[in-house]
Amino acid sequence: MIINHPILGPRDAQEFVYLGDANLINRPDGMTAGIEAFHDYLYNRDNPAGEHRELWYHEQGDRSWLVVTRNTVTHEILKVELARDVAKAQGRSK
Amino acid sequence: MRYSGFRVIAEALTGHKGWKPVWRDPAPQPDYDYIVVGGGGHGLATAYYLAKEFKQARIAVLEKGYLGGGNVGRNTTIIRSNYLLDGNEPFYEFSLKLWEGLEQDFNYNAMVSQRGIINLIHTDAQRDAFTRRGNGMILNGADAELLNRDQVRAMYPFLNFDNARFPIKGALMQRRGGTVRHDAVAWGYARGADMRGVDLIQNCEVTGMRIENGRIRGVETTRGFIGAKKVGVAVAGSSSKVMAHAGMRLPIESHVLQAFVSEGLKPFIDGVMTFGAGHFYVSQSDKGGLVFGGDIDGYNSYAQRGNLPVIEDVAEGGMALMPAIGRARLLRAWGGIMDMSMDGSPIIDKTHVEGLYFNGGWCYGGFKATPASGWCFAHLMAKDTPHPTATAYRFDRFLKGLMIDEKGQGAQPNLH
Repeated sequence: MIINHPILGPRDAQEFVYLGDANLINRPDGMTAGIEAFHDYLYNRDNPAGEHRELWYHEQGDRSWLVVTRNTVTHEILKVELARDVAKAQGRSK
Repeated sequence: MRYSGFRVIAEALTGHKGWKPVWRDPAPQPDYDYIVVGGGGHGLATAYYLAKEFKQARIAVLEKGYLGGGNVGRNTTIIRSNYLLDGNEPFYEFSLKLWEGLEQDFNYNAMVSQRGIINLIHTDAQRDAFTRRGNGMILNGADAELLNRDQVRAMYPFLNFDNARFPIKGALMQRRGGTVRHDAVAWGYARGADMRGVDLIQNCEVTGMRIENGRIRGVETTRGFIGAKKVGVAVAGSSSKVMAHAGMRLPIESHVLQAFVSEGLKPFIDGVMTFGAGHFYVSQSDKGGLVFGGDIDGYNSYAQRGNLPVIEDVAEGGMALMPAIGRARLLRAWGGIMDMSMDGSPIIDKTHVEGLYFNGGWCYGGFKATPASGWCFAHLMAKDTPHPTATAYRFDRFLKGLMIDEKGQGAQPNLH
């Protein structure tokens, strides 16, 4: 699989480390969220067959985190964004 | 129809005209007492033990494709019970004991071959870890043996003992481990279940679940609605898809695992060998092909095919362990979808819906568990209490901090 890095251009997926579902960006607030919310965040996954937004880390490159939208049935990569931009668009400060 | 040596000879002398299909192809009834979703190894074993051991009737197995066409037909056929943790080892030892009596039990030749499995040791720390694991196995009634370098060399003289990075210093051996003809396991269970009146319904995909007042009433399928008092789901890589019909999100990711077989070679690997440091394990089939594999590809996938970097990585692991295979050609490579759980251990449990049960999260270790998984799932469905060896395989272990994490990797499925 080739991941089209927003800054570096097309890079082989081997250069990346895979973390999982991009919803892992949205960690509940540790001071207010209950144990159930944290359990759901940490352990449960949608795990769809089809379009999946997921976090890839460019370990052997510029060490950026990416949000890659990929089809889990065909392995086709549909969209690549910097995770930073995604988090900011969701209203996070960084 | 029972199989026997006499029957084989009699058929040979009469042109093999007496063999009949060994299971029926029934249309679904309007309702059943038990529906098992998934006609793979675990689902068929569940139906078999429900009928045989727990004396239940009116059972159906619903299969989207054909029987045994998923992971039971595409694994690397290894059986073993070399686990460390208390939540796991009694279960897998129960499974290995069932393997030992399986062929007599269901009167089918599954070619259970206890040829021994070794896990190679390269460092002092690894020897300590394997010594501890071996003791854990022995405490739970399994067999384990620590081999030194010379004992390993006597068995497999062609290994690269002086590899600069991973010199071989010994091995943990389980002599009762081995291999089984994987397809025959599915066929044997299917035949045994069918003989006891279980309806094996193929080309029947579950497309929804009918749940009323928190209780399961049946399943919607591509062949219409089928009512049931109890529904058990054992669908491996498709677990998240099927359980979503009941509104559940599971602690599971689906990943692709590849496996490989070489061209046929003369016999030179008697048993099963794992080279954990190099992400490689191998056995030799009765036809002579080397059956081997390594790690999962590492990203969510439902594709039943992997990518080339893992093939290269596995081949490099094989070459590091035994350079002698360098000129052997790869015959086939294939992929299966693993239901990777958050701690690397399975789930056999009830759900929030009364009468709906779940069996999954087997990661890439489901094949060896087939008999015990079927038995324990049948036990849970028939008696509503978990089997004594499967009490730890609960959904709520993640909420309560009771993970069964053999490798201590945390909630990162692609590392288990």
